[in-house]
Amino acid sequence: MNIQIQNGRLIDAAQSVDTVQSLFIADGKIAAFGVAPDNFTADRIIDATGKIVCPGLVDLSARLREPGSEHKATLESEMLAAVAGGVTSLVCPPDTDPVLDEPGLVEMLKRRADALHQARVYPLGALTVGLKGERLSEMAELTEAGCVGFFNANQPITDTNTLYRAMQYAATYGYVVWLRAEESHLANNGIAHDGEVATRLGLAGIPVSAETVMIATITTLMRDTGARVHLARLSSRLGVDLVRAAKADGLPISCDVGIHHLLLTDRDIGYFDSQYRFAPPLRNPADRDALSRGVIDGTIDAICSDHTPHDDDAKNVPFGEALPGSTGLELLLPLTLKWAAHATVPLPFALQKVSRDPARLLGVSAGSLCTGQPADICIFDPKAFWAVTSQTLRSQGKNSPYLRRELEGRVTHTLVNGKLVFQS
Amino acid sequence: MALTFNPQLRSDGKLKHLLSTEGLPKHLIEGLLETADQFVSVGDREVKKVPILRGKSVFNLFFENSTRTRTTFEIAAKRLSADVINLNINASSTTKGESLLDTVDNLAAMNADMFVVRHAESGAAHLIAQHVKPGVAVINAGDGRHAHPTQGLLDMYTIRHYKTAFHNLTVAIVGDVLHSRVARSDIHALTTLGCPDVRVIGPKTLIPTEVARMGVSVFHDMARGLEGCDVVIMLRLQNERMNGALLPSAHEFFKSYGLTTEKLARAKPDAIVMHPGPMNRGVEIDSLVADGRQSVILPQVTFGIAVRMAVMATVVGA
Repeated sequence: MNIQIQNGRLIDAAQSVDTVQSLFIADGKIAAFGVAPDNFTADRIIDATGKIVCPGLVDLSARLREPGSEHKATLESEMLAAVAGGVTSLVCPPDTDPVLDEPGLVEMLKRRADALHQARVYPLGALTVGLKGERLSEMAELTEAGCVGFFNANQPITDTNTLYRAMQYAATYGYVVWLRAEESHLANNGIAHDGEVATRLGLAGIPVSAETVMIATITTLMRDTGARVHLARLSSRLGVDLVRAAKADGLPISCDVGIHHLLLTDRDIGYFDSQYRFAPPLRNPADRDALSRGVIDGTIDAICSDHTPHDDDAKNVPFGEALPGSTGLELLLPLTLKWAAHATVPLPFALQKVSRDPARLLGVSAGSLCTGQPADICIFDPKAFWAVTSQTLRSQGKNSPYLRRELEGRVTHTLVNGKLVFQS
Repeated sequence: MALTFNPQLRSDGKLKHLLSTEGLPKHLIEGLLETADQFVSVGDREVKKVPILRGKSVFNLFFENSTRTRTTFEIAAKRLSADVINLNINASSTTKGESLLDTVDNLAAMNADMFVVRHAESGAAHLIAQHVKPGVAVINAGDGRHAHPTQGLLDMYTIRHYKTAFHNLTVAIVGDVLHSRVARSDIHALTTLGCPDVRVIGPKTLIPTEVARMGVSVFHDMARGLEGCDVVIMLRLQNERMNGALLPSAHEFFKSYGLTTEKLARAKPDAIVMHPGPMNRGVEIDSLVADGRQSVILPQVTFGIAVRMAVMATVVGA
């Protein structure tokens, strides 16, 4: 099927393109833009007047909740949420139940996801069996099954020797080790940023040193093992500084930040609003601003949704008992636009941080509109306001700090492999 | 969300729930203390009852053990002629079964007019207050480390009783400030009432991060911290904190931060000594001080009933 997307503002950081032109899609791939290729007849024309046409979003963290937590969300609901949010590729962490530590589970997830013909799913395998932080998982087998890296999700590896060996083993094959930068003893079951707000509200604090100590440990072990590491979800100014220094030293390190951490702070917890409980915790305004600067100067490679759908029971409890995280697949784009406006970042750059850059980090062909690339495309109306409600969210998780608020920027069409998989 | 509204106040500014002393306007705190004045004498009467809460049901909902606080709330409610139902709910059974809000819904269906809630999690009373239907009042009887507002108010009542005014006082709060909801409630109430010099004293392991932002000054040397104080509030040190990563031993804590006659001599000669109870004699306070002439620990308990009566009467709009 040949598709022509016309009159839209094409933005593609990979080619430094920002222009109103037509985009031509043939055989599932980008065929041309500007001028139609020879013998091109459009089977379908999408009018994108007033809209932005950009590469489909690549989300480095989206929990699909299958297997094991179907009461929170299903593959069907979350895959629909992804394309409704313009996300055409996503990385799912291994913290399912059972966890993704068996090749069979990974294959099944990939197969079930592929059968839906929506976003592309890139699973992360468990770094240790059962995420217990004890025994290494079968990384080579898991890679064959389709894993793009190894992660222990939010579960700590408390034994530094196990972490050392995991990094060393992964380095044998050149696999990327994904790690949360949080030293669990210092985090000490805390529930909020250790600062003024936690003190006032009487919430157990997670100090910034939990993050910096872990980054120092990880970068030290990187030098010893030669492992490539991706740090998932930075939260603090000092953490960004350490990663900046590690990059300047030439270490093969990358990192991401959750979109909520670019916009919110611990002040927003207000009167114990459990929708503002995150892992890592929202920190103070100086940390938020430093994260923002880290994205702008390239220290932070990508912005992700850290999509974490929960049922109501997970949030309708006292703050300390609430489970962390927010639904995010459908909010990633509008919140990235909001961040770009706040931080006065050019739109092409902001979009690059949720498409081209995470795609590069994964080493997959996505995140660009170059000729010959798979036609994974997001078309959105940057001026359309929409209310975030339990009705408008396709995700089964209705948990969000932005619930009952209006956001600007709404996806109108999503294409994966040249197929229209979502239209609003 | 930003703090755009105060969940314990009605739109007309009157008290709807009592959740925290933070954000309570000065006139409301003063009003509660004045109302308490009228109730102090009820305890001295032959018939210790007034009919303010007649026909109302007060549910004492205690998810954390407390004999003393629950009893004083029970006495306060009964003196106001309310029907009182006491529920001690083992926290572990709720985590396995019924959720906190389900429990509240069930009790609300029995036509509760007021919940007095104690819970181990900070913010539990706020959650319940947001959840109950209009007309049902929630009184926080202690939530995690966050707040214990009736204790804060009774401490203010006690201070006012002995010191009259707040504008010229120096008040020290000593001990485990990190885990203390009493300290937080006292600090907010004192700063709201215009107390110019509030100090917290303790080892660095028991002083919360950035506590100075609450308007207090921090001392680690108790003798210096007590210098010139009018009021010394001692905090209870929980047993589980005594030996571990926060403190090496109760013995060493007492040496540095236990209130003895010698240390108290650094405060003003007419300084009063307070403690929210129950006391650990020989850990945070020496018996000579606890039972000494400057101690007002027992009057605190008596005033506590009047203050809780005042709070209950106020939230039902009497």
